[in-house]
Amino acid sequence: MRGELHYDAVVIGGGTAGMVAGARLAEGGARVCVLAKGVGSTHLAPGTIDVLGYAPERVTAPLVALGDLVAARPDHPYALLGADAVVESARWLQARVESGPLPGYRYVGDLERNHLFPTAVGALRPSALVPETMAHGDGESLERMCVVGTRALRDFHPALCAANLGREGIAARWVEAEIEVDKADQNALGLARRFDDPAWRAAFAGRLALKLQADESVGLPAMLGIRDPHGAWADLEHRLGRPVFEIPTLPPSVPGMRLYEILRAALRGAGGRLVLGAEVVSAQRAGSRVTSVATRAAGHDAAYAAPWFVHAAGGLGSGAIELDSDWVTHDRVLGLPLRGVPGPDEPRFLPDYRAEQPMSRVGVAVDAQLRAEGAENVLVAGAALPGAISWREGSGEGIALASGSRAAQLVLSAGGAHAEAA
Amino acid sequence: MSNGVLEDLLLRGSIDHCVKCTICETQCPVSNVTPLFPGPKYAGPQAERYRVADEPSVESSVDYCSGCGICSMVCPQGVKIAEVNAQARDKLKRQKGIPLRDRIITRPTWLGRVGTPAAPIANFTLASRPLRVLAEKGLGVHRDAAVPKFAGRRFSRWAKEHPSPSTGRKILYFHGCGTEYYEPWEGEKVVRILEHNGFEVIVPKQDCCGLPLQSSGLFDDARKVALRRGRDFAPYLREDPNMLVVGNATSCTLMLKREAREILSLEDDADLKLLSERIYDICELLLELHDRGELKIPPEPVNEHIFYHAPCQQQGHWIGKPALELFALIPGLEVTEGNARCCGIAGTYGLKAEKYDIAMAVGADLFGQVKASGAGEVACDSETCRWQITHATGQKSVHPIDYLYRAYGL
Repeated sequence: MRGELHYDAVVIGGGTAGMVAGARLAEGGARVCVLAKGVGSTHLAPGTIDVLGYAPERVTAPLVALGDLVAARPDHPYALLGADAVVESARWLQARVESGPLPGYRYVGDLERNHLFPTAVGALRPSALVPETMAHGDGESLERMCVVGTRALRDFHPALCAANLGREGIAARWVEAEIEVDKADQNALGLARRFDDPAWRAAFAGRLALKLQADESVGLPAMLGIRDPHGAWADLEHRLGRPVFEIPTLPPSVPGMRLYEILRAALRGAGGRLVLGAEVVSAQRAGSRVTSVATRAAGHDAAYAAPWFVHAAGGLGSGAIELDSDWVTHDRVLGLPLRGVPGPDEPRFLPDYRAEQPMSRVGVAVDAQLRAEGAENVLVAGAALPGAISWREGSGEGIALASGSRAAQLVLSAGGAHAEAA
Repeated sequence: MSNGVLEDLLLRGSIDHCVKCTICETQCPVSNVTPLFPGPKYAGPQAERYRVADEPSVESSVDYCSGCGICSMVCPQGVKIAEVNAQARDKLKRQKGIPLRDRIITRPTWLGRVGTPAAPIANFTLASRPLRVLAEKGLGVHRDAAVPKFAGRRFSRWAKEHPSPSTGRKILYFHGCGTEYYEPWEGEKVVRILEHNGFEVIVPKQDCCGLPLQSSGLFDDARKVALRRGRDFAPYLREDPNMLVVGNATSCTLMLKREAREILSLEDDADLKLLSERIYDICELLLELHDRGELKIPPEPVNEHIFYHAPCQQQGHWIGKPALELFALIPGLEVTEGNARCCGIAGTYGLKAEKYDIAMAVGADLFGQVKASGAGEVACDSETCRWQITHATGQKSVHPIDYLYRAYGL
């Protein structure tokens, strides 16, 4: 006879879209609860804010290209959201970063122009906003640089990164810095904790300085601090006397973890709840409305009721949408109708891995107000939306921010939240 | 093999969902401070592929897993990492033999029954440096580890003499060993808060939940103990379909809710199943009452600044942090929510001589946050965590319901 907990809005999903929706609902005065199966996409993504990188050619001016994309693809999430929502939500995020738990840390750039930043394999990737700790890696202004790796971090190969940057016309060489580790497989987070320690950092900088040449910038794997990245990065620039920048790593992503902490602090600071380990396993409906969802909990499912739900659990990538062994596609979270599923006679996948895979635009079917088809009080945000191929487009964070924000705004402006809850 | 065969297969089968994203590795409190434990992904989904039934374990690092369960909670793919590792630890213990120390410190009932009547002597022994050094050398219980003081009285004796007013709205109370032998006053507060909100509190005959045995890999003994708890409570639950059980020892309620059934393969036991479905953590229950408008709003201000640490085992209920919602009802109470993962003690883990330093290193982040917060007291739902926090910071640590108790003016 467990009861339900009642909220003004329940957000499903703890990635960027869900955390943004939750934080903004809480800031708007709603009693909100974010339910997350586990820690989400932030820990796997580079931590940059990519709005539109390819359409399909590399994009220099994301807002201009976004207008063209919307005209060409009315089924794209950006066609529902519009450029203004992307701009507004990016500003909101920048403000939360600056008032957040990481002192001095900020995101730089704007949506007028993309800049190109090195990846772990030395490709240049377009991003609109990046953590300040990455900003000096802007490929257009980079002339001479040194990629610094360490055997302590086995997933980062400085020689590969430097060789590929050379092909992009950047004079890049590489060195290995000595970092003593006590276990075979250290990850970027373990090393980031060390960079939080000023004394350790100073010793590291002292050793590295001996290996550097004059007039070269320094690119390091993204591990410059987890609690005080601004301090760690600024200190290294100061000690080395040159621009220093982070290069995103394979997961786990330290800049992504910082972003998660910032969003978590925004949610909690505004009074929102976060429940981890809470996979949604069923939903109660009354006609065209979802009235409550049940989550997996110890001993017995827990139930959360609300007049509004935001489905931000992701798409095929997170497993929220699955293609089962009978080749049937489902929304595993709320069982909502999908859009973009290839027909019975159409191919679902193409042999070329990097081709535009037919399955990749699948998402929960929505109307122009992000309302799920067949569930009038469920709004959809982030990678659960149909119509985008965010990994090809470089659009994931832009869609997550704008749709999470829009969903929050729609719930708040519906105004009925409090009245219906009461 | 009759019990829970399918469940074991499902548990083990969950490792196939691992996509090697490493999120568990970023959150594991232990592997982030010591090379002795390579991390949940290595010890769990990866090493499990090399563990073959009836063949020797291929590696022993899983003994350094503290069993906190954070990995399973944060896994976005639903892999039962901690549970798989707990079963691997049991297998390892069978193979290598169980130290005498682990046979003793995992039995709070024995300790309590011996220590309570002889509390002055027992407490003197536990506080005596030379005797603790001897215990470390002889038994492997670290000389500095936080051990509680015997209260010298048992909660159940108080409960027997305390008439709970008959209200027609009955609830069963599972108090656990910490309340029984070390902190009987916590149980008295639980009872008075429940009575204040209209409940008639029944304290059935009971004993340990089996968690210390389970977490040290003594599964056979843990099963016997956990099954007995099912027998203790099931008759009341069968008689009244609305009857609930509530506990303030959050790790013990988690054991009875989920871990005993899942990790010890007791899914088929009907009594334990009934108990697991009806047992609540105290803060979880009070928050649900509040949501239904059935919890009295506390009138008295508590003008204090406290630090709240949600222990791993509370987080393992997968219900968020209900204590924070209760604090918000208390006028004047200022709360700093910590975001450190674990205090390190993990029940009996931090008592063990070879693990004490690891436990203190795990907790360092929390202890630093407590000090930096400037808060006076620390609120935490688990007794062993409170003892560890007080041991490391010197600051008083209490159960979250203490503030509600004070705000009710009880």
